[in-house]
Amino acid sequence: MAKNTVIRMIRVVTLLIGLSILTFSLIHLSPMDPVNAYIGGDGSASPEQIEKFKEYWGVDKSPVEQYFSWAGALLQGNFGTSMLYRTPVIDIIQSRFVTSLALMGTAWLLSGVIGYLLGMAAAMNRGKIIDRIIKWYSYTLVSTPIFWMGLILLIVFAVGLEWFPVGLAVPPGVMESDVRFLDRLHHFVLPALTLSILGVANVAMHTREKMIDILNAEYVVFAKARGESDWQIFKYHGIRNSILPAISLQFAYFGELFGGSMLAEQVFAYPGLGSTLTTAGLKGDLPLMVGIILISSLFVFAGNFIADILNKVVDPRMKGAI
Amino acid sequence: MSKTEKKPLLQVENLSIGFSQYMKGTQKRVIQPIADMNVEINEGEIVAVVGASGSGKSLLAHAVLGILPSNAICSGSVVYKGEELTEKRKRQLRGREISFIPQSVNYLDPLMRVGAQVQIGLDKKTAHKQQEKLFAQYDLKSSDGHLFPYELSGGMLRRVLFATSVREGVRLVIADEPTPGIHPEALSEILKQLKQFAKDGAGVMLITHDMMSALQIADRVAVIKEGATVEISEAVAFQGTGERLKTEYTKRLWRALPQNDFDLEFKGRDLNI
Repeated sequence: MAKNTVIRMIRVVTLLIGLSILTFSLIHLSPMDPVNAYIGGDGSASPEQIEKFKEYWGVDKSPVEQYFSWAGALLQGNFGTSMLYRTPVIDIIQSRFVTSLALMGTAWLLSGVIGYLLGMAAAMNRGKIIDRIIKWYSYTLVSTPIFWMGLILLIVFAVGLEWFPVGLAVPPGVMESDVRFLDRLHHFVLPALTLSILGVANVAMHTREKMIDILNAEYVVFAKARGESDWQIFKYHGIRNSILPAISLQFAYFGELFGGSMLAEQVFAYPGLGSTLTTAGLKGDLPLMVGIILISSLFVFAGNFIADILNKVVDPRMKGAI
Repeated sequence: MSKTEKKPLLQVENLSIGFSQYMKGTQKRVIQPIADMNVEINEGEIVAVVGASGSGKSLLAHAVLGILPSNAICSGSVVYKGEELTEKRKRQLRGREISFIPQSVNYLDPLMRVGAQVQIGLDKKTAHKQQEKLFAQYDLKSSDGHLFPYELSGGMLRRVLFATSVREGVRLVIADEPTPGIHPEALSEILKQLKQFAKDGAGVMLITHDMMSALQIADRVAVIKEGATVEISEAVAFQGTGERLKTEYTKRLWRALPQNDFDLEFKGRDLNI
């Protein structure tokens, strides 16, 4: 266990180093000029002013120098300052991460629970009408791009029915202190729904496959031979054998969840980590972008790590293997 | 033993089982591993079903229990207590009147403690007590009940499987190779238990490779070859050089046993046992 953990820790550190180098290189290879992106092509800025900008941000130095000065600061816990927002990167990430976490957490729970139940229902009624409906729903949604799904929900529920606002996390033009919880919830529903609906399809299909395997296993044949009803088979053997893989899959799903939230947040102009990352990328805000990438890859890594640990700790057959 | 006064419990006549399979794409074909299987078991009688691997012994058991895969096609008649054994009746009877002892320890749920698995189907109030009693009877420790299947040896798991079959009111026991990998004392305990089932008036179908053990307790022996019944003889006919056996195949099978000089004159021909 200890050795395994150490190896994993080394792996995540090298992963982060690699990722930061890759991001730096890509940004430098891109034709985008951060100064230009920042002043927005404002012609009134004189060349001297632009030079001053470059010096102030340190973009006049070589990429390698920039990387090392950034990495050195990071080692002291300093993620740098966002060029765009003029505030420390870590503060921005913190506030946005909370917003995103609520969104992803809701979608994660909803898609996990509903998806598992649907997948179970489909497998237990394999070939029947309920199975076909669930399968049809899942196949359709699995092949639906998330931003398109978001747009459809937007058109139907926000524009057409006017049940929900078209975007943002809070009503515009309202003081932060005056925003009620209900308002936040109101803005929260559509993005969370978008993210959940697609997750449900994934989880349902995986659970269905797993459960069909279980139903074909010899121990279920034997359970049948012993006169167990479908419900008993589900209760005694189905849940027991499918819940662990389902949960660890759900943790390993963090990566996709983050990718999905980026698109969903973009569609709904929801100020979470994902939409901030998009803005940072488009405006060439290197410190902010690298910061978000590092934090989010840590997040995905944590998910996979938990999935792994769970598998080993909870499954009695893995006792002593860790 | 006079059979005439005994009532037939299970009559399998002209049973055939086929499986439809998809070959390359949508082409469908049917394979027929069992054709023309006949077995009859009377109340209080032990019938051993012997035959080579792949001869369809286990399929016979699964067909009687109604646990064949969904792509199986069955025909012929299976009559239990004088009435056609329909799928619905099988569902009602299995685990209650018809008890099954499977051939592989994989038939236990890998994530369920073995004690709990034995308790399934027992009356909730007395389940724990009954399970402990069964464990003691099969030389398993009481603490073994808290273990998972992977923590027990193959022989112990076989005894656990056996314990799952012992239920009040069982009329027919189908044991699918319950003996391999078991040490001699446990083996004799299991044979004794099968014998006990028969003494209590239940019919026992003992599917096995181990002809010598089977003959210790069986009343009759059905020999299966390639999905068909070759011969059904009284167990007493399996004696000496087997001159009282009806068919050549069974005689060879008998003489090929190690105890009967390991007659290998047929080795390499059509006898693969």
